[in-house]
Amino acid sequence: MPQFSFILNGGRVTVDCPGDLRMLWVLNDLLGVRGPKYGCGVGVCQACTCHVNGKAFNACSVPVSQIKPTDRITTIEGLAASVGKPLHPVQQAWLDHDVAQCGYCQPGQIMAATAKIRQIKAQGRSVTDADLDEIRNVCRCGTYPRIRKAIKQAASQM
Amino acid sequence: MGERTIVGTDAGPGTSGISRRRFVGYLIAGPTLVAGAQLGTTAAAKAAIPTVQPVDLYDLSDLLTDATRPTANLITITVNADGTVSFAMPRAEVGQGITTAAAMTIAEEMDVPVSKVRVTLADARPELVWNQITGGSNTMHAIFTPIRTAAAIARGALLEAAADQLGVSTGELTIRDGVISAPGGRTIPIGSLSEAAAVSADVTVRAQLKPRSAFTVVGKPQRRVDALDIVTGRKKFALDAAVANAKPTMVCRPPTINGSARAVRNLAQVQAMPGITDVAIIPHSKHVPGGVAVRGETFGQCIDAVRALSVDWAPGPAAGKSDATVLADLARAELPMTPPVNLLAKTIDKRFTFHFRPGDPLETNTAVANVRPDRAEIWSSLKTPIWAQEQLALDLGLPVTSVKVHVTEGGGSFGRHLFADAAFEAAAISKKLGKPVRLLWHRADSFRQGRVHPMTTSRVRATYLGDNVLAFDQRNTAVATDWGHGFGELLSALGSTTPVTNLGYSQLVFGLTANVPYDFGIVSQLLNEVYDPTVFNTSSVRNVYSPDVTTPRELLIDQLARAMGKDAYQFRRSFLRDARMRAVLDKVAQAGNWGRAMPAGTAQGIGVHREYKGFCAVLVEIDCRPATVSRAIPNAFTGPRVTKAVCAVDVGLPINPLGLEAQMMGGIMDGIGQALTYSLHLKDGSFLEHSWDAAFYTRQWNTPGDLQVIVMPPTTDDPGGAGEFSVAPSMAATACAYARATGTLPTTFPINHGRANLGFTPAPTVPPVPASPTDGLSKAY
Ligand code: FES
Ligand code: FES
Repeated sequence: MPQFSFILNGGRVTVDCPGDLRMLWVLNDLLGVRGPKYGCGVGVCQACTCHVNGKAFNACSVPVSQIKPTDRITTIEGLAASVGKPLHPVQQAWLDHDVAQCGYCQPGQIMAATAKIRQIKAQGRSVTDADLDEIRNVCRCGTYPRIRKAIKQAASQM
Repeated sequence: MGERTIVGTDAGPGTSGISRRRFVGYLIAGPTLVAGAQLGTTAAAKAAIPTVQPVDLYDLSDLLTDATRPTANLITITVNADGTVSFAMPRAEVGQGITTAAAMTIAEEMDVPVSKVRVTLADARPELVWNQITGGSNTMHAIFTPIRTAAAIARGALLEAAADQLGVSTGELTIRDGVISAPGGRTIPIGSLSEAAAVSADVTVRAQLKPRSAFTVVGKPQRRVDALDIVTGRKKFALDAAVANAKPTMVCRPPTINGSARAVRNLAQVQAMPGITDVAIIPHSKHVPGGVAVRGETFGQCIDAVRALSVDWAPGPAAGKSDATVLADLARAELPMTPPVNLLAKTIDKRFTFHFRPGDPLETNTAVANVRPDRAEIWSSLKTPIWAQEQLALDLGLPVTSVKVHVTEGGGSFGRHLFADAAFEAAAISKKLGKPVRLLWHRADSFRQGRVHPMTTSRVRATYLGDNVLAFDQRNTAVATDWGHGFGELLSALGSTTPVTNLGYSQLVFGLTANVPYDFGIVSQLLNEVYDPTVFNTSSVRNVYSPDVTTPRELLIDQLARAMGKDAYQFRRSFLRDARMRAVLDKVAQAGNWGRAMPAGTAQGIGVHREYKGFCAVLVEIDCRPATVSRAIPNAFTGPRVTKAVCAVDVGLPINPLGLEAQMMGGIMDGIGQALTYSLHLKDGSFLEHSWDAAFYTRQWNTPGDLQVIVMPPTTDDPGGAGEFSVAPSMAATACAYARATGTLPTTFPINHGRANLGFTPAPTVPPVPASPTDGLSKAY
């Protein structure tokens, strides 16, 4: 079985598995990292969102063979440590606005929001309603309005 | 059994002289302090389901609460040595915030911080009989008083133990933040009294509860108790249960709803696929959806195996059915209207269609099962765990005591977890394979074979003369809602297994929830259903019948107001029966600036709804202008946009206004979706939708930028239900706004359902699940 290695939440990991296994299952089933959630398996719901080198991606839609040994993968479990704090400002904003309901979508929402804010900041802009409209993450509990507020708050603090 | 009376609770200012009711409960023998409670005076068992009565006297909340009365005394609260207080709640938390509300209630009554209260979900406890069903948004209504009673008894016992130790009377003691203080500054934390306050034999106790005027926690905004676990990814769901060797398992499902596998043509080939440990046919039955199960090292490999299977399928009972054929069957089953009341009167008579809507939570059906020859253990999000346990025991041929059913927190429910589809299926697979399994439904399975909101038609007719409405008739005809879970235990579940009795349940719930809150003379609302409930997979999806009862009614009211030359808000106001309903209506009209001038193509709409012992009104503004409707969001279904929503809700006694706001917000997102975009298309015995980019639930691009939820101050001493209250009125308000903005009465819901362009390409039904994409990195941002 081929071996794949990458940096997960700051530490190196190596897995033996077929190269076409999607990262979501590498994380959930092989590495026991269960924060990234399955919501569709087809790159739609965004519940599985993680970061590769700081950019958001759908773990259900990336074969492990496409991840390089130097790639830094961050899941919700490693987000706070990636900024060296007990909580990332986006997580704190989620608490401040009591965003979550069932919470199943929220790891993906937080990872997506973090990347989105970074991307917008890199463009030298601030977050607009049009930006928020383009966020694809599904929340069946309907927490969308609180997500919008939390993102605006986090953007002002990041 | 001994007896004592606890008068201890601090009555707070302004309550002296008020004689308060005493509630009966128990101190339960054990090494640490455990208090249990029953409801005060109405503990007599109800032998039969009560007769259907007008909703004004008796509604679904009452029925569910009555159903719990015989056994509510078994709710217990434990004080631990570390100062925490624990409560294993016999209910399912699926996002609605009841663990937080329960923690607040205990904190309030015991004067401990909310952060010291640990609320977990109880395993199935068959001795609770009717007291372990989570449904009808009824949880807090049913358990508020029992929880408070147990908490008050625990508090009183702590005070007595402290008084003993300190040599003072309980009247000289106070509790704050979990610490008991005596005169002179002596303090004892409650944890250190947990042993001393314990009893060696059960004692019956009478306790007084805090008066509402002394509340400092209940009624104040409180963040969710599980919020930190959620935002750090630590919150556990069913699949996270630590069970050795419970390997990923999925099921290859039939191309028609409820079809079944006859044979696998390439068994050896699939069994030899990388990572796959087992492949087996799981027969379809009333409780087990079934198909061909595959078990493997990872879910990714299971998906590949499911796709590789070549199966000979027997068609399901819905084979050949499509939207149009079901509609024709519904039309034939519509019950007649009442004869005209007055030949001079005019009528407005309209028909509406509500298509199938998914009942999908974001977490698909999941369960972990470990079935052994002599015992079984299951983990799943279950709203009817006792029924699940008893049915599993029957199916597995085991005594009930050998079947352990653990209720895990759920990633949403929306009615789906009233059934135990995943638990039954996981158990069947585990039994067949003789191995533990971790079962996950694919999203495509979830949309296509999961439980749905039944297709419904509604005919509504108002008869009016001059300024008076003389009669109001409503005939809803629907695909049968499955009530196979009964009241959450086996006996009543068995009662609903014949179609006739299932219709009895439907009629009962319809009768208890459908209502016309207006003075409209002679009112007649009836439901008829078609098909055996096993043809389609249905359940009481969020808000059950109410969206399809309320939306036609509110649309008709707008028509009626116009016919009488009246303003839609003033018309509602003048005909509403109840002052509390008028108050929420007035609130949204005022906060939402009803009647303000708006550009052509945009408009306001208003809807009201009464249920769950409370009242809710929603005002929305919609933008149906072409530029908005066709706004470009990549790969998104956009359409008309609700730009603003204002909701006012009166639940009696609000426990957690912040949680209530969240529930109303979620219900509004649901109502908007049900009005505009969210449905399933039935074609040849299968639903076309397979993903969230096909079934258009509300997304960020459909979310109103301006949302306001107003929680009305307490109007009673008891909390009503809240979990789904705003769905019906927000759906109705959106439909009314759409009609006003476009000048066209919408008669098919969701409004986009019938358009020529589906907006997505249906995925094949064989294989039943799409391939996993490989292009994720190219979309990274
Ligand atoms: S599970 Fe990856 S996008 Fe839905
Ligand atoms: S919080 Fe439940 S799906 Fe988003």
